[in-house]
Amino acid sequence: MTLHTPVTQDAAQPAYNYAYLDEQTKRMIRRALLKAVAVPGYQVPFGSREMPLARGWGTGGIQITAAIIGPQDRLKVIDQGADDTTNAVSIRRFFEKTANAKTTEATDEATIIQTRHRIPEAPLQAGQIMVYQVPQPEPLRKLEPREAETRKMHAWAEYGLMQVKLYENIARFGEVTTTYDYPVLINGRYIMAPSPIPKFDNPKMHMSPALQLFGAGREKRIYALPPHTSVKSLDFDDHPFRIQSWNEPCALCAAADSYLDEVVIDDQGKRMFVCSDSHFCETRREDGHRGAMLADATSSGLVGESKL
Amino acid sequence: MYVAVKGGEAAILATHDLVAEARRGDEAVPEISVAQIREQQGLACARVMNEGSLYDADLAALALKQAQGDAIEAAFLMRAYRTTLPRFGSSEPVDTARMAIRRRVSATYKDLPGGQVLGPTYDYTHRLFDFALMEASNIMVGLDPTISEREGEPHSAEDARVRPEHDAKPLDAHMPRVPDILGAEGLMEPEEPPEGDPRPFDLTREPVSFPADRDVRLQAMARGDEGFMLGLGYSVQRGYGNSHPFVGEVRVGEVSVAFVPEELGFAVDLGDITLTECQMVNQFAGSKDVPPQFTRGYGLSFGHSERKAMSMSLVDRALKCREFGEAAEYPAQQDEFVLYHSDNVEAAGFVEHLKLPHYVDFQGELELIRRIRREREERLARNQDTLPEAAE
Amino acid sequence: MTDETLIGPGFADPVFQSQGAFRAILAALAEPGTRQAVTEGLTPPNGLHAAAATALLTLADYETPIWLPPALRDGAAGAWLRFHCGAALVAEPGRAAFAVIDGLASAPALADFDAGTDQFPDRSATVIVQCAALEGGEAVTLSGPGIPGTRTIAPAGLRDSFWAEVAANSEAYPLGIDLLLCHADALFGLPRSTRIEGAF
Repeated sequence: MTLHTPVTQDAAQPAYNYAYLDEQTKRMIRRALLKAVAVPGYQVPFGSREMPLARGWGTGGIQITAAIIGPQDRLKVIDQGADDTTNAVSIRRFFEKTANAKTTEATDEATIIQTRHRIPEAPLQAGQIMVYQVPQPEPLRKLEPREAETRKMHAWAEYGLMQVKLYENIARFGEVTTTYDYPVLINGRYIMAPSPIPKFDNPKMHMSPALQLFGAGREKRIYALPPHTSVKSLDFDDHPFRIQSWNEPCALCAAADSYLDEVVIDDQGKRMFVCSDSHFCETRREDGHRGAMLADATSSGLVGESKL
Repeated sequence: MYVAVKGGEAAILATHDLVAEARRGDEAVPEISVAQIREQQGLACARVMNEGSLYDADLAALALKQAQGDAIEAAFLMRAYRTTLPRFGSSEPVDTARMAIRRRVSATYKDLPGGQVLGPTYDYTHRLFDFALMEASNIMVGLDPTISEREGEPHSAEDARVRPEHDAKPLDAHMPRVPDILGAEGLMEPEEPPEGDPRPFDLTREPVSFPADRDVRLQAMARGDEGFMLGLGYSVQRGYGNSHPFVGEVRVGEVSVAFVPEELGFAVDLGDITLTECQMVNQFAGSKDVPPQFTRGYGLSFGHSERKAMSMSLVDRALKCREFGEAAEYPAQQDEFVLYHSDNVEAAGFVEHLKLPHYVDFQGELELIRRIRREREERLARNQDTLPEAAE
Repeated sequence: MTDETLIGPGFADPVFQSQGAFRAILAALAEPGTRQAVTEGLTPPNGLHAAAATALLTLADYETPIWLPPALRDGAAGAWLRFHCGAALVAEPGRAAFAVIDGLASAPALADFDAGTDQFPDRSATVIVQCAALEGGEAVTLSGPGIPGTRTIAPAGLRDSFWAEVAANSEAYPLGIDLLLCHADALFGLPRSTRIEGAF
């Protein structure tokens, strides 16, 4: 577990409001969040602000976190499942700086988890809030580029086009070939983009005890899943939804039930598979789980002792 | 490698230092000042003010300095700052008919009240390098040696012949806008505010829905990327959009901005801003209810930025296709296409976000493609002896 | 003496009090039927419960017209909201983004408020219902998003037709208004996604 020390405010910095956004903007986002919660899976348009971080780099998630965070919260930020990826570090620093946020890498200690592309392996708990960064909130966009049209399709729950596309996949490849951002049906009503998490993570959304909020800054949409909400990955009776699986466990912690990243070790095609959730992997190693390549990885400096 | 993605914090701090170093360049060369950029790179500042949606030449110059001259990065800095500024309200509409003209040209009339005012323009410069600028100082910028009388000799600012025309003789006080001249004859599509003259929409505060009204479209285009607007405007001329425009007028100059504070109840002059306005005159065959008339394409931008204002006015007319019952077949006629893709700060962010790690998603794709290939090979092996592969 | 001088203070610490109150309201609507207490330390104007006043101070501003019962609109509550939120007070329920109604009042009906449109169901009203108590009344069973299985609540001091109106509201899903039932400094959320069963 690592607790980050907040960066102290430099007197020379301009005085921004707590969590950067002004109070009027927070109210606007908060109103959108409440409507999003009341209509799970429906995309609420909101007056997304220009943020000091680039569009497409998490500005939707950042605006949501800024609108909800308070002094009682403990914030975890992950990208690709890891706390130490550059953009996760950058966003965590943003909140340490602007909201004096208490941060953590421990999933079970966090009250707010802002994420890009993963849901942590450790089960989410009641009272936690997941904030997803969403690049493209419209699950139908690849089928229909016009917003005026997709909005009607959602209004009338006309989702035939999506079923056809998935079935064409099956006809051609024998299975649905979408591996991430796999569309889900929420509360039996709206089709929703779960953000580009691997479909491996989709089942974690279903009936989760945590509140899940989704922010698309560039596309100016907010949507939400209250706790205990039905999330069904689209499939067919004869081709049920399946998640990814690997032939070998994590090379470092021996977990057989986590999402794995492939690490290329040399130019001879040698590779190892390790947990994408860095905190999950570290916790398991601390608990004494040892993967087949942990000793090698430690002796060659691939895995630092400092984290253990 | 596994730990290579760790230690992100130190790496990020290092990039900040490296950027600062790159921005400064060779320290033997004197550092450029913000005032120098503001005064000597005014057209770049205008672009940054337009795309940054903020009229502040000093900040535009600072943004350009900080961004090493990258116009989109500079516009991004402006916007991120702009979003934090408190709002006191909306100004009164500016009156471009009362502009202090620096330049005003019409392509539709040989002469007109107020006359043609060429003003500062690169239009008739021959694009030959003025190598004197390489070294010398105190030379008026933009002079083309081939059209000056004393070829090869540097011209000083004191030389009366290189002074702008309007310094020599005063301009007419009255400079009616060309569409107003046509309008007096009933030939120009009238420009009327929507019912009740509501406050214009602000897309930086509220989410846009489609079809978008004209105020939204004009705001989006005014902030839009100059290159993108230029390309779209050009496409309209080349047949991707049915447009036969004439430049009714391009005018550049200063207008005053007035604001009515709630507690005072009367207008207070906030100062002058430089604007470029373009009004294109387009044809319209008329309809059952409307006789044939000219229609207007409108462009307005901060600073001296004719290319931007002209491109905008072409696309503005193209986007009016819905109002005139014309087919919307081409990109420049489709409001969703134009509005969603003209914002270069958003576009740059999303294009460049592809640099971020995507290895979790890529792993999903790898797993899938390996499995599909494996299953295909197994299937082929099974079928090899019995069936030829069916053609797909 | 003018109305202005009668207006009591709003939040002493707007940033953090509204943040805390928002989290309580968010939890209320995300987990319908769970009792949430809003931030302490606000003295509401006459006619508003602390939870109702806090919710409006947290969420309403010049962009969100508010409907109040006429007696409140013309009294201290109306002046307080105009001053602290800058919100317009409207006479027609259908124009309101937020509304406060008395649980026992016979009008307006829940159906009088804006339920949104099929393309924009988010453009609907949020109605704060001031109750006599949050327990001790007629019990109704809730199910739907935010509720593991079912949850039972029994707020008191509601008009006879109230639960039938709430049930009709949830029938129109995804259109519909969202409700906050409040008393003193506590509230329940009842979003349109919640299904209601009871003896009504």
